Amino acid sequence: MSTWLRAQYRYLRQRPLVRALRRTVGERVVLAWVTGRRAWRRSLQLRMVVITLLVSGVLVGAFGVVVASMITEGLVNAKVTSAREQVSQGAKTMGQQLDAIKDPLDVRTSIPGVLARLSANTEGASVAIISDDEDTSTPSPPQASVNNAQTVDAIPHSLRGYVSGARTGGTGVVAHQFITADLGDGDEPYLVYGSPVTVSNDQFELYYFFPLNTEQQAADLVRTTVVATGVALVVLLAALAALTTRLVVQPVRTAARTAQRLSAGLLDQRMEVRGEDDLALLAASFNQMAENLQRQIIRLEEMSRLQRRFTSDVSHELRTPLTTVRMAADLIYAERDEFDPAMARSAELLHAELDRFEELLTDLLEISRFDAGFAVLDAEPTDVGPIVESVTERLSPLAQRCGVRIDLNVPAAPVIAEVDPRRVERVLRNLVGNAVEHAEARPIVVTLHADEVAVAITVRDHGIGLNTGEEKLVFNRFWRADPSRARQTGGTGLGLSIALEDARLHGGWLEAWGAPGRGAQFRLTLPLRAGDRLTSSPLRLIPPDADSVRARLALTAGPAAGDPSPTVVPSVALPPSADYLPTDFAIDYVAGGYLVVDPAVGDQKPAGPSPRDGAVGPLADSAPGQRHPGDRAGLARGSHHA
Amino acid sequence: MRARVLVVDDDPALAEMLGIVLRSEGFLPSFVADGERALGAFREARPDIVLLDLMLPGMSGIDVCRAIRSESGIPIVMLTAKSDTVDVVLGLESGADDYVVKPFKPKELVARMRARLRRGEDVTPELLTIGPNGNQITIDVPAHTVSRDGEEVKLTPLEFDLLVALARKPRQVFTREVLLEQVWGYRHAADTRLVNVHVQRLRAKIEPDPERPEIILTVRGVGYKAGTG
Repeated sequence: MSTWLRAQYRYLRQRPLVRALRRTVGERVVLAWVTGRRAWRRSLQLRMVVITLLVSGVLVGAFGVVVASMITEGLVNAKVTSAREQVSQGAKTMGQQLDAIKDPLDVRTSIPGVLARLSANTEGASVAIISDDEDTSTPSPPQASVNNAQTVDAIPHSLRGYVSGARTGGTGVVAHQFITADLGDGDEPYLVYGSPVTVSNDQFELYYFFPLNTEQQAADLVRTTVVATGVALVVLLAALAALTTRLVVQPVRTAARTAQRLSAGLLDQRMEVRGEDDLALLAASFNQMAENLQRQIIRLEEMSRLQRRFTSDVSHELRTPLTTVRMAADLIYAERDEFDPAMARSAELLHAELDRFEELLTDLLEISRFDAGFAVLDAEPTDVGPIVESVTERLSPLAQRCGVRIDLNVPAAPVIAEVDPRRVERVLRNLVGNAVEHAEARPIVVTLHADEVAVAITVRDHGIGLNTGEEKLVFNRFWRADPSRARQTGGTGLGLSIALEDARLHGGWLEAWGAPGRGAQFRLTLPLRAGDRLTSSPLRLIPPDADSVRARLALTAGPAAGDPSPTVVPSVALPPSADYLPTDFAIDYVAGGYLVVDPAVGDQKPAGPSPRDGAVGPLADSAPGQRHPGDRAGLARGSHHA
Repeated sequence: MRARVLVVDDDPALAEMLGIVLRSEGFLPSFVADGERALGAFREARPDIVLLDLMLPGMSGIDVCRAIRSESGIPIVMLTAKSDTVDVVLGLESGADDYVVKPFKPKELVARMRARLRRGEDVTPELLTIGPNGNQITIDVPAHTVSRDGEEVKLTPLEFDLLVALARKPRQVFTREVLLEQVWGYRHAADTRLVNVHVQRLRAKIEPDPERPEIILTVRGVGYKAGTG
């Protein structure tokens, strides 16, 4: 328990509030409070026991008080009744005896005799007679040694007032009072009963002291019994509550534990079924659920295994004949000059379509490998810069055909990240190829930047951009922005889907931003160390020149564009919460960013300053530290590919 | 002289097509269709290069590769339908020098084969020494021999080329891409796993402790370099 408390305390110390309270008095209170609250929240059993304790405590307590007071009252009433009888009997006896004395003078002298006689008849009670004439008292000796003065002094004045008649105005009355007095045996409770006795002209007061020891003891016994019974009952009830709750809670806890094990992958975990009650039903249903789950999972695993096997087999079975066909086609293609035109064209088509077929097959197999969960990350420390450069270099022939210039913005120092170079290269090939295809003959900017935990690569084009909501769709399989657009690169339509899977396999993000007429930007963010979790990206998803593009478009669109001051888009995306898929997050965020776009501008088709008239150039050229593909590789290359 | 090629492939159509292409490119192909007879055919044909399909009936391509490698250092180019890391690395580790993934272009295959066959043109006497003091290895380039403490270390031609490339410029760091170009003849960076696997194989032969290499050092994130005294 103490270790548990210490652990709790350590836990508390980690929290700023409690750290402030360290070494103060409040520490223990806070600790107890928090500990108690935690236990209260966490344990159903504790709650049940505490509630039972409280409720049964109140009930039993009230019941005990009532019973005890009723019994005590009964005892006292019985004592008072018997005392009254005895006193009236005593008063009568006294009156008769004194009446029998003829000489009034003898009355006073015979008092001790009367007292002795009366005392003999009492059972343990002391008797006192007071003559009001002389105010002298002649108390009788009680059975034990007695101090006369003490007995008389013990009679309360108020009682004497009633009995002597001083208070009632003349005639005295029979009265009684409970007192605690010391008559020689220490302080003890007494019932003092007083009665006036009138003999001829003399007025006497007769007092009986009934000891209440017995009644006191009886009452104490009753109280003790009631309290003991009550406490025992409450404890018993609490124990009962603990037991019954335990009966219910135990199987629930077992079920929870079993469920945890199941979810951890131990599929053969089952609960013990005992009896036929509700809990047995719970266990049986739970087991049935686990059984079904296990069967389903095994079935899915089997399917996944078959799927992987199928993928592999298809890969081999399809590729071997395709290789033969490909070689035959290449042979025919090489000889096409000697065919008639129709045959020659057929050979060309066969050759070109085989390329497409092959790409499609490769991409399909790659996707199915991802779907089957068969893709493995082959991460090794790699300098990302050369990958970016080699990709842009390899795509430069295509870029030249499309009249697109590719600007590189890569730091001179190596950017070492634990990545799978083949996958990163494939992602970049897709992104840059995609950008070239959609760049509308305007420059593309590829930027690489890293911070302490992540590396980011953005590919920015200034082409037709994306419509609202299309940032999500671009990653869909076989999705095309505009189906009527002529394809230049002959992509399979799977490139970005595969790129997204590649990014996910790295634990990275692949996100898109775009606006109509403002171009698009894709951002790949990868953790520097394989397996790390990303929280932010070193580069902005929304390009910094997005607003200037917008401003420029506003100018070309004329006064109708309205508000010339660009609305500022938040510069840094908040780190997505753990539950968010990074892509979705970014898209939502970007979608939010759309709200600031002036529709009058957004809908404008870019009036299209041609890529060579310099309107776009400054944007790209203004970026610091730019270099062109091949600079680092030491290859001579013109700054403009177009 | 026309180079002899042994094609180990179970698909008759592909084998026939390969034959047509190889003959038109000036090779002398011979064929074997299953793994178990591959080794016998290899001894009989004494080819200059082997084209080996990884998926074969009988003996698997990996085992055939090991068996051939245990007898000879001649170039082996794998034909594989799988580009998965496991398959490729397994094939390279079993001794293949290079690989082409189906469906390959005939030109690509022939280029790979010629790159593997192009050797022995270097005849200038050259003796290289690398490795830290007390753990040096000597490379006699024209004689194609490598020795440590006077004892010869058997290397395949590819491993030899890789070692020579590194040893000619000690202290210079070679990226995997540069090595691919110099040793394998790839113009564009292809698969850096080729380099990784072959460096491992080379280390296993020349390093006293391959776990702690002293002769071929890894430069994290960049590539490899030869260690010097």
